[in-house]
Amino acid sequence: MRDRINTALRRIPAWVIYVMAPLPVVWLVWQGFIGGLGVEPIRALEHELGEIGLQLLLAGLCVTPLRRYLGLNLLKFRRALGLVAFFYITLHLLVWLVLDVQIPAQIWADIVKRPYITVGMLAFVLMVPLALTSNNASVRRLGARWRRLHWLTYPVAVLGALHFVLLAKGFQIEPLIYLTLALLLVALRGRALWPWPVKPRGRAQAS
Amino acid sequence: LALTTLPGGARAQGLEPNRWEEITSYNNYYEFGTGKEDPKAYADALTTKPWTVTMAGMVDRPGDYAFEDIMAKMTVEERIYRFRCVEAWSMVVPWNGFELADLLDLAGVQSGAKYVAFETAYRPDEMRGVAYPVLDWPYVEGLRLDEAMHPLTIMATGIYGRDIPNQNGAPLRLVVPWKYGFKSIKSVVRITLTDTEPPTSWNKANAREYGFYSNVNPEVDHPRWSQATERPIGGGFFAKRESTLMFNGYADEVASLYAGMDLSKFF
Repeated sequence: MRDRINTALRRIPAWVIYVMAPLPVVWLVWQGFIGGLGVEPIRALEHELGEIGLQLLLAGLCVTPLRRYLGLNLLKFRRALGLVAFFYITLHLLVWLVLDVQIPAQIWADIVKRPYITVGMLAFVLMVPLALTSNNASVRRLGARWRRLHWLTYPVAVLGALHFVLLAKGFQIEPLIYLTLALLLVALRGRALWPWPVKPRGRAQAS
Repeated sequence: LALTTLPGGARAQGLEPNRWEEITSYNNYYEFGTGKEDPKAYADALTTKPWTVTMAGMVDRPGDYAFEDIMAKMTVEERIYRFRCVEAWSMVVPWNGFELADLLDLAGVQSGAKYVAFETAYRPDEMRGVAYPVLDWPYVEGLRLDEAMHPLTIMATGIYGRDIPNQNGAPLRLVVPWKYGFKSIKSVVRITLTDTEPPTSWNKANAREYGFYSNVNPEVDHPRWSQATERPIGGGFFAKRESTLMFNGYADEVASLYAGMDLSKFF
């Protein structure tokens, strides 16, 4: 079963993801114009794009655990998942800037003053170097440092989920599920990949 | 007095009501789910006939009042009001309803009463959203007695001359146009007159963000977002934000209720 899935996955080229990625965006915008997103399409589009971006981020973080624990090999899709996540988060940010807030003076005030926006912006800023180095040339050039840099995916996913939790009104389950999943993935893998050496404890005692 | 000045005043402001479709498909009614479309999708399950409103506390004639009996005694009129949600969107709604003051008079408010407490129906079998602890159910709200007796404050039973749909709070809901929408409690089953400030659901959930008064005020931000502007529903992708008005545009009528109060403290 596992081998059959892996064989099938090998036949799918990674570019399929890049080709499919914009299709939901086109569909969402179209729905917005014809009323499919309800009577307040700005907020609906903003939320949809953000949620898809978060889902893709988490999907990217699932690649290694899926290989380790279930033997499924999705490694060749990981870069595409990350870049498409960045694409969605960028559109999410643009919808917020251009259609939602509209008032330039308020944008900076919101970033500084509103914790959920500060957290979301921080996650986006941390994603920029990751997106810029998601290519073979950067992997070669950066060597071991590339791995350290891309460890940032873990805090980005946690911050993204936290951004969702912080903007919810009342006690809502859905954003908490995303945050739990993000923290679970960090617990599963993030520690092992911690890029800086951990100081051995109790050394003085031993000597 | 109310009849001659208020509804006419609302019309004189040149308010263009939102479409029926907009008013009835974009709702916050967490008892049916936290999504804006959830109430329209799921509120059909609510039984609104028969319906009784229990009048209790400091009233001369406490008891259960059947909805039909209330309606037989009330004068229903149209009120075109601005509706401003705490989430910074807004609509204009042509309500049909009667003044809350008339309903309170039916029960006879006793002289010591200072506040009015309201409660929404709690029906786990009919309200799929109450399975989740989004808020501490049942939903409760409250007004100071002078706010409740103000002629702008109504109990709405219709929209555009039709019975109010379940997702908008059938069969009767409070409408206080100068306060954020969540104060206008839906599907009311209980009204209690008290001499102490009653608890309110959003204040219980997060006192830092939601005060007892919750008057629309562009100068007092919600801790998580600005209240200076609002987005009118119905403008599609290119809806322009508009400036939010003090007391949602009803300052001339209600500002005197809060004379001398620090509105950033009593938010």
